[in-house]
Amino acid sequence: MAYDIQEILKDRILVLDGAMGTMIQRHKLEEVDFRGDRFKEHDSPLKGNNDLLSITRPDIIREIHALYYEAGADIAETNTFSGTTIAQADYGLESAVYDINYESARIAREVADEFTAREPHKPRFVAGSMGPTNRTASLSPDVNDPGFRAVTFDELVTAYKEQAGALLDGGADVLLVETVFDTLNAKAAVFAIEEIFEERGKTWPVMVSGTITDASGRTLSGQTTEAFLVSLSHVPLLSIGLNCALGAEQLRPYLDTLARKAPFNVSAHPNAGLPNEFGEYDQTPEEMAELIDGFLSDNYLNIVGGCCGTTPDHIKLIAEAANRHKPRPIEIPELANSI
Amino acid sequence: MSNKETPTLKLSGLEPLIVTPLTNFVNVGERTNVTGSRKFARLILEEKYDEALSVARNQVEGGAQILDVNMDEGMLDGKEAMVRFLNLVAAEPDIARIPIMIDSSKWEIIEAGLKCIQGKGVVNSISLKEGEENFIAQARKVKRYGAAVIVMAFDEEGQADSYERRIEICERSYRVLVDKVNFPKEDIIFDPNIFPVATGIEEHNDNAMDFFRATRWIRENLPGAHVSGGVSNVSFSFRGNNPVREAMHSAFLYHAIKEGMDMGIVNPTMLEVYDDIPKDLLERVEDVLLNRRPDATERLLEFAETVKGDGKKKVKDDSWRKEPVARRLEHALVKGIVDYIDEDTEEARQQHERPLHVIEGPLMDGMNVVGDLFGSGKMFLPQVVKSARVMKKAVAYLLPYLEAEKAANEDTSSAAKILLATVKGDVHDIGKNIVGVVLACNNFDIVDMGVMVPTDKILDKAIEENADVIGLSGLITPSLDEMVAVAKEMERRKMTTPLLIGGATTSRIHTAVKIDPVYSGSVVHVLDASKSVPVAGELISKETYDGIYERTKEEYARLRHDHANRKQVKNYIPYRDALANKQKIDWTDKPMVKPAALGNQVFKDYDIAEIRKYIDWTPFFNTWMLKGKYPAIFENEVVGEEARKLFDDAQVVLDDIIAKDLLYANAVIGLYPANAVDDSIDIYANDDRTEVIKTFNFLRQQGKKGSGLPNLSLADFVAPKESGKQDYLGGFAVTAGVGIEPLVEAYEKDHDDYNAIMIKAVADRLAEAFAELMHEKIRTELWGYAAAESLDNEALIKEKYQGIRPAPGYPACPDHTEKPVLFDLLEVEKNTGISLTESNAMYPAASVSGFYFMHPEAKYFGLGKIEKDQVKDYAGRKGMSLEEAEKWLAPNLTYDA
Repeated sequence: MAYDIQEILKDRILVLDGAMGTMIQRHKLEEVDFRGDRFKEHDSPLKGNNDLLSITRPDIIREIHALYYEAGADIAETNTFSGTTIAQADYGLESAVYDINYESARIAREVADEFTAREPHKPRFVAGSMGPTNRTASLSPDVNDPGFRAVTFDELVTAYKEQAGALLDGGADVLLVETVFDTLNAKAAVFAIEEIFEERGKTWPVMVSGTITDASGRTLSGQTTEAFLVSLSHVPLLSIGLNCALGAEQLRPYLDTLARKAPFNVSAHPNAGLPNEFGEYDQTPEEMAELIDGFLSDNYLNIVGGCCGTTPDHIKLIAEAANRHKPRPIEIPELANSI
Repeated sequence: MSNKETPTLKLSGLEPLIVTPLTNFVNVGERTNVTGSRKFARLILEEKYDEALSVARNQVEGGAQILDVNMDEGMLDGKEAMVRFLNLVAAEPDIARIPIMIDSSKWEIIEAGLKCIQGKGVVNSISLKEGEENFIAQARKVKRYGAAVIVMAFDEEGQADSYERRIEICERSYRVLVDKVNFPKEDIIFDPNIFPVATGIEEHNDNAMDFFRATRWIRENLPGAHVSGGVSNVSFSFRGNNPVREAMHSAFLYHAIKEGMDMGIVNPTMLEVYDDIPKDLLERVEDVLLNRRPDATERLLEFAETVKGDGKKKVKDDSWRKEPVARRLEHALVKGIVDYIDEDTEEARQQHERPLHVIEGPLMDGMNVVGDLFGSGKMFLPQVVKSARVMKKAVAYLLPYLEAEKAANEDTSSAAKILLATVKGDVHDIGKNIVGVVLACNNFDIVDMGVMVPTDKILDKAIEENADVIGLSGLITPSLDEMVAVAKEMERRKMTTPLLIGGATTSRIHTAVKIDPVYSGSVVHVLDASKSVPVAGELISKETYDGIYERTKEEYARLRHDHANRKQVKNYIPYRDALANKQKIDWTDKPMVKPAALGNQVFKDYDIAEIRKYIDWTPFFNTWMLKGKYPAIFENEVVGEEARKLFDDAQVVLDDIIAKDLLYANAVIGLYPANAVDDSIDIYANDDRTEVIKTFNFLRQQGKKGSGLPNLSLADFVAPKESGKQDYLGGFAVTAGVGIEPLVEAYEKDHDDYNAIMIKAVADRLAEAFAELMHEKIRTELWGYAAAESLDNEALIKEKYQGIRPAPGYPACPDHTEKPVLFDLLEVEKNTGISLTESNAMYPAASVSGFYFMHPEAKYFGLGKIEKDQVKDYAGRKGMSLEEAEKWLAPNLTYDA
């Protein structure tokens, strides 16, 4: 890779793209779109398996990436939020996992390279998105059996390793472990990633982004923001941050914690507000950009973007806000409180 | 001012714990440690996880900032217990809020624990003990799992016991961690060993000072590193005198913290406030800690007598003889004193209307006290066995009176009857005998049928005796099938007697999957002797029977269900591929070593005094359910004293064996030309290598391996035929149990279970020691491939030599049916007197047999599970039917045959 994202981050705030699902919904796709030719005969329904579209409707995914880059995003996330054998097991598509990740990364890579060629002063990056899977390694799904676990650390490592390897093969610049609701899942993901680095004798930047699920300010697995930070600081991360679940407004106190304490870049890609009673996100691009502008004024962030409900219109205004501000300086944070 | 070089130590549970230079001292809670807390150990062994969690909760509420969890207990699957407990802790936010310290001497337990914690915990501990390579590998893993680490001041030479050794090892460890592993400096915590002071041994006088000085040195010279330790060790010699101990702890901490110790394990209830220590006591305590005057120890000892809580004296105290007879009986039972038992029993008999009342009255009352003390961890197994001896003697004394009375009238409603037997084909009975003793102590009537008892005999006897419960025991894997056969037969006979399953190879999961479904009566697996009591109690009482019946049936059904639905987490590769991925050894590298003499050599009546020097005592203590390593076990606060007594008793037995020639030790070894053909090893008649006289068949690991790791088979360690190399294989069989039967019989006749078990346990140790001795002889002399080797016993126990001696029936070659082939080749029965049962167990039980592999790369490994393709191939090689091979290999199959 010709461009060093770590260096660029010292000069400016980088912009992540917005929601993938929201954009896919606009196409009103049907079962047949998800199946394409390759999965015509597959024996369970595939509608809703968005990651599969990278194989069966690459045109749509390509277009979404292009719209976000066009709006000003520096980093596009691959269409691989559920691209692990664990999550794909719901569809019986474990065997398609390598292709999903490889194709998703390859599509994003192609679009990024087109934009970079056109605007060399603003290189575009591809972040391989690694979602949390649908199982938790430190919580029991069965209230009557709190010691039970539906997934083990080793199973997660195996699944994440396959995903990360395919994303890198497909051309991802960065790996993004995101929407972390259970820190142990994320530890397994970075464990898998470090194993890959060791095997390949090379490293790539890693971003981690957690999710605060409710007003208690904790992850689903119960950690405070600072505990979450401490638990993942053994890896030299490109960035640590928060995304999803809450809107920008509700994220403020937790971003404040990260901004003060994290020895890495800090990222945020919140939802477009909280969902309304129909489960839709209705925060306008202007409203959201204003909140983000506030974060940037307070020097909270180095990377910013959008999660559920955000669109290229949101990203456009967020990118404009990012352009107006300087990135958060990274200090060794404990200096302040350990006189 | 802060220093950019040394960031602060940060840990986390659900909440962060930031150890800044302002943090005075981080207190580690340690009651959730099976080696340190009898209560916790009992709760875990009895699977009372709810109560175990409340121990953890109390620690957090009591101010612990880190929770130390240790599951190193011989009777426990430590890995499983660690995972289960940590998973349960994770569900308790009020506990999980603080970081976890994963404490184990076994790396596999540590790693299993690391996979369960979402926060940043602490590993306790790693060290240079096993060499730098191992240390680096473990440190890398710790770092990758995202934990801090405690490093013990321990290296290849042993534990640091001087100031110089402490700083030497700590500095070396630090340099390796920082320079080679890139381990964060602030995540390194040293434990420079707190040792007792005032022991009366002059070399110990500087133990505390050395720790203080080493602590200061570490803090000044190893930037970022922290210092921790277990404080209660320092006052070890004042056990039983809490005022002095509490003062010592708090004075020690006071000084250690001043020198820079910033973390540690302290029991808050055993800590006096430094300022509240009476001045005269403090002066003497500090004299000792700081080694300020030569007579410091004597002065503190003298002073200690005056502050002793209850002023117990150690002199032999016969005052109990003045108590009423019931109290005397109780005392005799608790202390295991047989000296006066006949006269006391007689006196009690005269006071009671009927002899039975003596048993039901004072004797049972006394045994109940013993049971309570044992249950609460205040008495240990060897003591309980001695109590049982007293009880049996008393009952034996009463027997004629009981018989006379029985003859006079019929009415006898006696205690519940439990029939115990080691199943057909198995000769191991130490564990079963211990269960028998413990149950007998709890008022069960025991009918012990001994070893190698066929199904029909067990069941006929059970019916004849009208047994309330049948207990089956076994140690070798074929016994598992025998137990299934017994259960099936019980079902066929429409019996309803509850069935207890126990023994080293048995397990809850095997019981659930294989035994429980074939018998509609109650089937319960019991983990150990202490667990057998409550289970038997529930099974015999009408009120509780339904409860335990339903509970276990339901539990086992759930286990079966989980077992059936369990996803194959592990991947297996086809046998063909496993064979291709064998251990690659460069056979051209070194010349083969031809043994001095080929063929068999017999050693009859070997000198037991010589064998004795090779004994590894640690497993001996495990047999008696005393947990700890020899000789450190003697220093153990909880079991040390009992371990010492037990050890002394064993020495007496050994002296006796040697002086009176009670046991004979025989051995045969054989060395033969050999070459491997795939997974078999052909044995040739002579070095022409034309006539194959025997073939040993081995099995190969089939689990999918990481890149570069081989799928091992023992056959890999012998040069393959196509290499053209002249390689050799050895075999051996040793026993130290010839002549044991009359001894055991005599003890049993004398109602002396203690010595009956003792002699068996000692014979077992002698057999292992004999195997070790013969192996050394092989290496240095008979095969002579390591003629220059010179190792002490500890190095032998740690197997720091070239070559291995795996035994059929053990992890690398689990198939017992290779034993008859070996026995044939070595003419074992004729040469040593060891015979094989139909399950291929060796008789006498105190015997060991196996193979000698000489290659430097030969190592022990576990076969793990294998797939049907390999079993088919193996059955073909052995000329066995597939079903028979599957029967013998059942525990190693990936599938249900």
